Amino acid sequence: MASVTLKDVRKAFGSTPVVHGVSVEILDGEFAVLVGPSGCGKSTLLRMIAGLEEITGGAIEIGGRVVNDVLPKERDIAMVFQNYALYPHMTVADNMGFSLKLAKRPRQEIEDRVREAAKILGLTEYLERYPRQLSGGQRQRVAMGRAIVRNPQVFLFDEPLSNLDAKLRVQMRTEIKELHQRLKTTSIYVTHDQIEAMTMADKIVVMNAGRVEQIGAPLELYDDPANLFVAGFIGSPAMNFLPGRVVANGAGLAVELGGGVRVAAPRVQAPLAPGREVTVGVRPEHFAVSAQGVPAEVIVVEPTGADTQIFCNLAGVEVSAVVRERHAFRPGEAIRLAPQLAYLFDPGNGARIR
Amino acid sequence: MAREQDTQGMDYLVSLPRRVVTVYLPVLVFLVVLLFPFYWMVVTSFKPNEELISREANPFWIVAPTLAHFKRLLFQTEYPQWMWNTMLVAVVATFLSLAASVLAAYAIERLRFRGARETGLAIFLAYLVPPSILFIPLAAMVFRLGLFDTKFALILTYPTFLVPFATWLLMGYFRSIPYELEECALIDGASRWQILTKIILPLAVPGLISAGIFAFTLSWNEFIYALTFIQSSEQKTVPVGVVTELVEGDVYHWGALMAGALLGSVPVAIVYSFFVEYYVAGMTGAVKE
Ligand SMILES: Nc1ncnc2c1ncn2[C@@H]1O[C@H](COP(=O)(O)OP(=O)(O)OP(=O)(O)O)[C@@H](O)[C@H]1O
Ligand SMILES: [Mg+2]
Repeated sequence: MASVTLKDVRKAFGSTPVVHGVSVEILDGEFAVLVGPSGCGKSTLLRMIAGLEEITGGAIEIGGRVVNDVLPKERDIAMVFQNYALYPHMTVADNMGFSLKLAKRPRQEIEDRVREAAKILGLTEYLERYPRQLSGGQRQRVAMGRAIVRNPQVFLFDEPLSNLDAKLRVQMRTEIKELHQRLKTTSIYVTHDQIEAMTMADKIVVMNAGRVEQIGAPLELYDDPANLFVAGFIGSPAMNFLPGRVVANGAGLAVELGGGVRVAAPRVQAPLAPGREVTVGVRPEHFAVSAQGVPAEVIVVEPTGADTQIFCNLAGVEVSAVVRERHAFRPGEAIRLAPQLAYLFDPGNGARIR
Repeated sequence: MAREQDTQGMDYLVSLPRRVVTVYLPVLVFLVVLLFPFYWMVVTSFKPNEELISREANPFWIVAPTLAHFKRLLFQTEYPQWMWNTMLVAVVATFLSLAASVLAAYAIERLRFRGARETGLAIFLAYLVPPSILFIPLAAMVFRLGLFDTKFALILTYPTFLVPFATWLLMGYFRSIPYELEECALIDGASRWQILTKIILPLAVPGLISAGIFAFTLSWNEFIYALTFIQSSEQKTVPVGVVTELVEGDVYHWGALMAGALLGSVPVAIVYSFFVEYYVAGMTGAVKE
C-alpha cells in the first residue's frame, strides 16, 4: 500500500493542453474519487498515474517514488477499465491469473490466489466460464478480481460502473466500498457521477477543464463549496443560483434579486459594499415553505413519496425546492419560500464570497 | 440469435410463391452460372475422346465415362510432381508471408511509430503494381541470385503480392481488437511480444485463417511468375504444367487438361471447406467479448 502524490502534473496532446497543472495528495489507504464533467481530463490523469500516457510536466509519486518514467508493469498498480477489458479468449480463472502467470509465480500459488479472490467476489462457480458467458455485473466483478489477485499498491478505476444498469450500479457501488474497507488498498476512482463520488469517497477531487476546482471530504464539499462550479456540481438536485445585488437594508445588508425581491444577505467575513453584484446559491433542500419567505409562483410539483420537489419561479428564475412535508400546490399558485442557508459567489470569477 | 433475427426480418417472404420468386429463383440462377464451368470441367474430364469430338453426342452428358484422361495425366506426365511443387510452394510462401504480415500489421496498427501511416500506404501501393509488370525486374533479380528454375524463385517472389495483401487484411483485423485489452495486458506485466502472442494472435485467429486461405489460394493459382521463373518440367506448378505440357502446338488434350484442373482444385476446395466458418468470421471482423 502506498500514497499517491501528484505535483503540478500537466498533459498536452500535441499542442493541445488538456491537464493544466494538477496537484493532489492521496494518502495511504484512502479512497479518492476524481469527479468532473465529461472531457475534463479525469481519464487522462488516471492513465498518467497508470503509466499508459506520458506525462508532459510535473511529477507523479507512488509510495514516495517518482514514477514518471517507470513502466506500467513496474508501478505495482492494477486498473479496472470502463468496459472491463477482459481477455475474451481466456476463462475467468485465466483472466484473473494472467498477471501472476506472467510474473512466473508457482502454479499452486496462482490457483490459491485466484480462488481466494473469486471467493471474495462470489465468482467461485464461474471460474471456468468465458467472459462472453457472464452478465455485465459478473464481468465487472471479474475485472475487479483481476485487480485484487495482484495485491497491488494502488487500485485505479476508470468509470467501472457506467456500463451497468441503475440498480446494479448502486449494488456494485456498495460492494466496491466494502471491498475497500476490507483490503484498505489505496484507490483512485474516476467517475462523472457526483452521487457515486459522494457515497464512495474518503476524498473527492473535483475537476473541471483540466484543473482541480476543490479537494475535500464529500460533506466538506457539500457544506463548503469553494466556487460556483463545485457548488453546482456536488449535490442533487443541483444548487439554485440567483443573480442579485447587495443593498443596504436598515442597519444590515440584503441582496436584492430580480423584481425587487429581497433576501437577507448571508453572513460573510468579506466586506460587502452595497451595489456589488453577487450570485446567491441556495440548495433545494435549504428552502422552506414559510410565511416569512419571498414570493414564488409554483410551476410543477413532483412528490417522490419521501419528499416533495417543487419547481417554481422565484424572482424571474426557475428554482427547485425539496421539502419534507407533502404539499398539493397547483401550478400558478403563489407561495412563499424562505432560504434557510445561502451561499454568496462572485459572478465574475465564480469564487465563493466567505 | 443472428439466425432468429434473420428469419424474423424475412417474415414478409413467408408465402411460398413469393419465396420462390424472391429467394430460390435468384439463388438457382446464381448457382447455375457459378457452377456450370465446374460441371463442364467434370464432364469433360470423364468423357472419352470420341464423345468429346463427336458432333452428335450430347455435350452435357457422358455415355461411357472413362478414367483414361486421369491415367494419362498421372502416369504420362509429371502431374504428381507438379502437385507436390505447388503444394510446397503455396504452403511455404503462405507461412512466410503470414509471419511477415503479422509483424508488419501489428507494428503499423499498434506501435504507431513515426511514419506508420506512410509505411502502410507504401505497402498498399506495392500491392497495386500488377504482377504482369513486376515480373520483369523480378526475373532479373531471380537470375542474379541464381534462383532461376528452382522452387525458391517462387517461394521468395510470391510474398511480393501476398505480404501487402495479408498485411492489409490483418491491419483491419487488429484494429477491431480493443486497444484496452493491450493496455490491460501492459499493466498486467506483459511485454510487447507477450501481448502479440498471448492476446492479439489468439484473438486474431479468424483473421489469420482468412489471410492464410487467401494467400494459399493466390499462390496455388499463380501463373505468370511460375511460367517465367521455371523452365524444367519437374519444377513446374500445376497451373503452368497443365497448360504447357497438355497443349502441344495447336492440339489441346481437353480431357487431360480438365482432369488436371479438376484434381488441382481439390486441395483448395478442401482447405476452404475446413475453414469456411473462420473465413467468414474473419472477413466480417469484430472481436466479441
Ligand atoms: N489521445 C488523445 N489525443 C488527443 N486528445 C485527447 C486524447 N485523449 C483525450 N483527449 C482529450 O483530452 C480531454 C480529456 O479527455 P479525458 O478522456 O481525460 O476526459 P474524461 O474526463 O475522462 O471524460 P469522460 O468522462 O467523457 O470519460 C478531452 O478533451 C479529449 O478530447
Ligand atoms: Mg474518461
